[in-house]
Amino acid sequence: MTLQDILTPRLGQALRPNIWDAVALILVIGAMVLMVYGGEQTTLPLSALDVTPVSLDPANLPVYALRTTMRMLLAIVCSTIFTFIYAAIAAKSRRAEMVLIPLLDILQSVPILGFLTFTVVFFMNLFPGNVLGAELACVFAIFTSQAWNMTFSMYQSMRNVPKDLEEASQSFHLSGWQRFWRLDVPFAMPGLIWNAMMSMSGGWFFVVASEAITVGNTTVTLPGIGSYVALGIEKQNLAAIGYAILTMLLVIIAYDQLLFRPVVAWADKFRFEQTASGAAPTSWMLDLFRRTRALRALTYPFAALNRAFSNLHITLPDRLRLPGKRRTPSRLLDALWFAIIGAGTGYAAWRAYQYLSASLTLPDVLSAVGYGLITLARVVVLIALATLVWVPVGVWIGLRPKLAERIQPLAQFLAAFPANLAFPVFVSLIVHFRLSPNIWLSPLMILGTQWYILFNVIAGASAFPSDLREAAGSFHLKGWRWWIKVILPGIFPYYVTGAITASGGSWNASIVAEVASWGDTHLTATGLGAYIAKATEAGDFPRVVLGIAVMCVLVTLFNRLLWRPLYAFGERRLRLG
Amino acid sequence: MLDQVNEANLLDIRGVCRSFPKGSGEDLVVLEKVDLTIRSGEIVGLLGRSGSGKSTLLRIIAGLIAPSSGDARCRGETILGPPNGVAMVFQSFALFPWLTVLQNVELGLEALGIDSAERRKRALAAIDLIGLDGFESAFPKELSGGMRQRVGFARALVVHPDLLLMDEPFSALDVLTAETLRTDLIDLWTEGRLPIKSVLMVTHNIEEAVLMCDRILVFSSNPGRVAAEFKVDLPHPRNRLDPTFRQLVDSIYARMTQRAEPRAPATDGIQGIGVGMVLRHVSSNVLSGLIETLAGPPYHGHADLPVLAGHLQLEADEIFHLGEALQLLRFAQLSEGDLMLTEAGKRFAHLETDARKKLFAEHLVSYVPVMGLIRRVLDERPSHTAPAARFRNELEDYMSEDYADETLKTIVSWGRYAELFAYDEQSETFSLENPH
Repeated sequence: MTLQDILTPRLGQALRPNIWDAVALILVIGAMVLMVYGGEQTTLPLSALDVTPVSLDPANLPVYALRTTMRMLLAIVCSTIFTFIYAAIAAKSRRAEMVLIPLLDILQSVPILGFLTFTVVFFMNLFPGNVLGAELACVFAIFTSQAWNMTFSMYQSMRNVPKDLEEASQSFHLSGWQRFWRLDVPFAMPGLIWNAMMSMSGGWFFVVASEAITVGNTTVTLPGIGSYVALGIEKQNLAAIGYAILTMLLVIIAYDQLLFRPVVAWADKFRFEQTASGAAPTSWMLDLFRRTRALRALTYPFAALNRAFSNLHITLPDRLRLPGKRRTPSRLLDALWFAIIGAGTGYAAWRAYQYLSASLTLPDVLSAVGYGLITLARVVVLIALATLVWVPVGVWIGLRPKLAERIQPLAQFLAAFPANLAFPVFVSLIVHFRLSPNIWLSPLMILGTQWYILFNVIAGASAFPSDLREAAGSFHLKGWRWWIKVILPGIFPYYVTGAITASGGSWNASIVAEVASWGDTHLTATGLGAYIAKATEAGDFPRVVLGIAVMCVLVTLFNRLLWRPLYAFGERRLRLG
Repeated sequence: MLDQVNEANLLDIRGVCRSFPKGSGEDLVVLEKVDLTIRSGEIVGLLGRSGSGKSTLLRIIAGLIAPSSGDARCRGETILGPPNGVAMVFQSFALFPWLTVLQNVELGLEALGIDSAERRKRALAAIDLIGLDGFESAFPKELSGGMRQRVGFARALVVHPDLLLMDEPFSALDVLTAETLRTDLIDLWTEGRLPIKSVLMVTHNIEEAVLMCDRILVFSSNPGRVAAEFKVDLPHPRNRLDPTFRQLVDSIYARMTQRAEPRAPATDGIQGIGVGMVLRHVSSNVLSGLIETLAGPPYHGHADLPVLAGHLQLEADEIFHLGEALQLLRFAQLSEGDLMLTEAGKRFAHLETDARKKLFAEHLVSYVPVMGLIRRVLDERPSHTAPAARFRNELEDYMSEDYADETLKTIVSWGRYAELFAYDEQSETFSLENPH
C-alpha cells in the first residue's frame, strides 16, 4: 500500500475524499457479492485435491521452494500485463480514468487475504476438482498484492511523460503502438521496477499464506513452503519451521541477486535525467551477462524480438493521432457515461444490500465496526511503539555512513522476508508461557512491517545534509532541541513514507496475526482481522464481505485523513533540496 | 501560372488563427490571422516575445496542433498531423535518454519502416555530417549540451526533410557553445551540404535571427500576429560588429518595444485589462536592482535596451519582461527600444528599504487591479482573511491554469515584499495579520 497518487496540489486547490471514492467502494463490494453469489449458485461438490500430501521431510524443501517461486514469477508476469493494459486505458481515456483510478485506490486498501476468500471459491468452481483452480487462486492472491501499486506508478508515469518527447515521437511519425513501447514503457520503467520490488515482500507474505487455506468446506493445500509451515504448526515441529525459514532466506537472496539486482542495474538507463548523477546500481549477474560473449549472445534474440514487437504496424484510429486538435467533449456521451456508472453503482449497491441484509442486521454491522476500531487501536499503538524504537536507532545508524552501508541492506532484506513464517515461533512461546493473546498476538502484525520504518529513517538520516548538521553544531543545538528542530524535520518525509507502508502492511497482516494456532491450541485476539479470518474459515460470506468493507473504509479514511495530509505536508515543507 | 507558384512554395499559411478555451467560456486567442509563405532555399526566422504565439505557429506547421481556423498547407497539401518532409529540432533537445546516439538518430527512420541496413547507413552519414563521429554508442546523459543538440540536428536531418523546423534550438546552450553550433550549421548550409531545402526557426534572440536568417517575421503579443517583416541581405558569414548588422538589430529592438507605447499613459488605468492580467514572476529584488542600475551612471535614468541587455548579460526576452514589469508599476517606461525611469522610479532609487516598500505598495494597489481587489476583500471581510482559491477561480476565468499559477505566485511575492498582506502557504489563505 503506497501513496503513489499524491501530488502536491496547486495553490488554492485541496485534496479530500470525494464522490468517486464512494462509487469505487460500492463497485468493489458489489463485485465481491456477485462473485460469491455466482459461486453459491454452482455449488459443485469439490472433490478432494489430488495432490501428494505435503511431508515434513526437509529433503522436499527445494522442490517446495521451487513451486513457491514459480507462483511468484507467474504472478509478476500477470501483474505486468495487467499494469500495461489498465494503466494505458486509464491514461488515454478521460472517461475510463474517472472510474478506473478511484477503483484502483479502493482495491489498494482491500486486505489481500480478503480477496483470497472469494477467489478460492471462484477459481475452484472454474476448475472443479482440479488443482489448477487452487494454483490460480494462489497466484491471484500474489497478483493482488503487486498489481495495484505497479499500475498506479505506470499510470502516473504515463501522465507525466515529458511534453517534448511526446512531440518528438509524433513529429517523427511514431505510431501509437511504437510510442507506447518506445516512450511510455521506458519512461515508466524505473518507477515500475521500484514498485514491483516494494511489493515483493507482500508477495512472499501472501504466497506463503495462501498455500494452505480453508474457506468453508474447501481446503487448499498446495505443495510449497507455506503449506510446509502449516503442517509444521499442526505437528508442533519447531525444527521444520526452522528449516522453512532457512530455505526462505536462501530463496529471497537468490531472487534478489539473480533477478532483481540485474533488472535494477539494467533499468538504470531508463532513469529520466539529463546528467549522470550519483553511483549507478551494479549487479555482478548483469556484468556477467554483459561481459561474457556466450551469455550476451543469449540476449540477442530477445533484443531482436523486442525490436520487432515494438515496431509492429498497429495504428490507432486517426482521431487519436492529432491530440492537439480540440475535440469538445460530447456532453451527450458524457451524460450517457455518467448514467451507466450511476446505474452500475446503483445495481451493485442494491445487490450488496440485498445479499447482506438477508443474513446481517444492524448489530452485526456495529459489532464489525467495533472490532475494526479495536484493530485500528492496535495498528496505531504498534506504529507508535515501532516509531519510538526505530526512529532513534535509524537516526543513529544513518548518521554513521559506514554502519548505514552495512545495516541498510539487512533492513531491506528483513522487510522482504515473509514474517508469517516466523509466527509459529512466537506463538509457541505465547502458548508455553500462557500469555494473553489479546496483547501478545498484536506484535506479530508489525513483525514484518516495522523494518520499513527503520530503512526509510536510515535513508533519511544518511541523506541529511552535512552543512545543516554542522550549522546545528556551531549554534550549539543539543538534546531535545536538536531532535525537534534539526533531525526530525529532516527525516520526516522519509519516516512518513516508511510509516505508510508499515501501517498498510499491518492491516493486511492482522487477518493472519490475530488468529494463531500451535498444534491443537488455538489463540484468538479480539479484532477485525480475527473476525474476517473466522468468517472465512466458516465460509460465512456475508460476514467476510462486511468485515472487508469495514476494513476498506477504515484503511481509506486512515490514509486520507492522516497519512496523506502528513505526506503532503512533508513534501511541501520539509523536503530538503 | 498560379499552380506553379504554389508548387515552388514549400509552405503556405493563410489566415491561420488559434485559440484555447478559458475558464469563463470565452476563448483565448493566441494567434490571429497569420500569413506565411516559405520558398525553397531560404532561412526564415520567427521572432517574438514569449507568449506571442510563435511556438504555437511552429507546432501548427509541425502538425502537432491544429489551427482553429485558416488554411495551413505543406507542399500543397493541407496539414493534418505531422506532414511528411518536415522534421523538428527542439529547444530541450527531446532526446530519448534510454537510447544511444545512434539509436536516437535511427528512430525517425524506424518509424518510416526503412530496413535496417539502409537505416544504419543513413544514420552514420548524418552523424558524420554533424560532427558526432565517435559518439555513436554514447547515451545522451554522457554528452554536453552542445553535443546533445547536435544529436537533435542529426536526428532531424537523417529523414532528409524538405523543411527543417527549429524551436529555439540554441537557447538552452551556453553562449560559446551556441555560437559554435550556429556557425557550423550556417557553414553546412552555405556549402549546400544539408539535405534540406528550407529552414524555419523560432527564436527570441534578436542577434541570432539577424545572424542566421534571410527573412525575419516579428510577432506581436496578445494576440499573436505578424507585426513586421525584415529582410536580411547580408552575405554569410555575417559580422556582428558590421554597422549594417547593428542598425538592423537596433531597428528590430525598436519595433518590438513599439507596441508597448499606447499602454504607457502615466496615470490612467490600462484600457481593457483588469483583474485578468497575467503577471509574470519577477523578484522584487531584481526590480529594485534594475531601478538602481538605471538611476546610476552611465544610464542616469535612460538606457538603450540592447546596451542594457549586453551589460546585464540578459536575453532580449528577459529584459523585456523586466521592463514591462517596471512599466506596469509605473516605475519606468518602454519605448523605441529604450527604457526610461519615471519620476516615481527615480524617487524609488534613492529611498530607504521601508520607504521603498511603502512606495511599492502604493503603486501595486493603484496599478495592479488584482492587488487592489485582494486588499479590498481583506479589508471588507470581518475576519480579514480570504482563501487563495477565491482569487484563483477569478483568474482562471481569464487565463490558463499555468498562467493563473504564475500570477498567484507573483501576487504572493510582491504582496509580501510590499507588506500589503500575509499569505499562509499551509492553509492557502491571505490575511492582514503580519507577524510583528
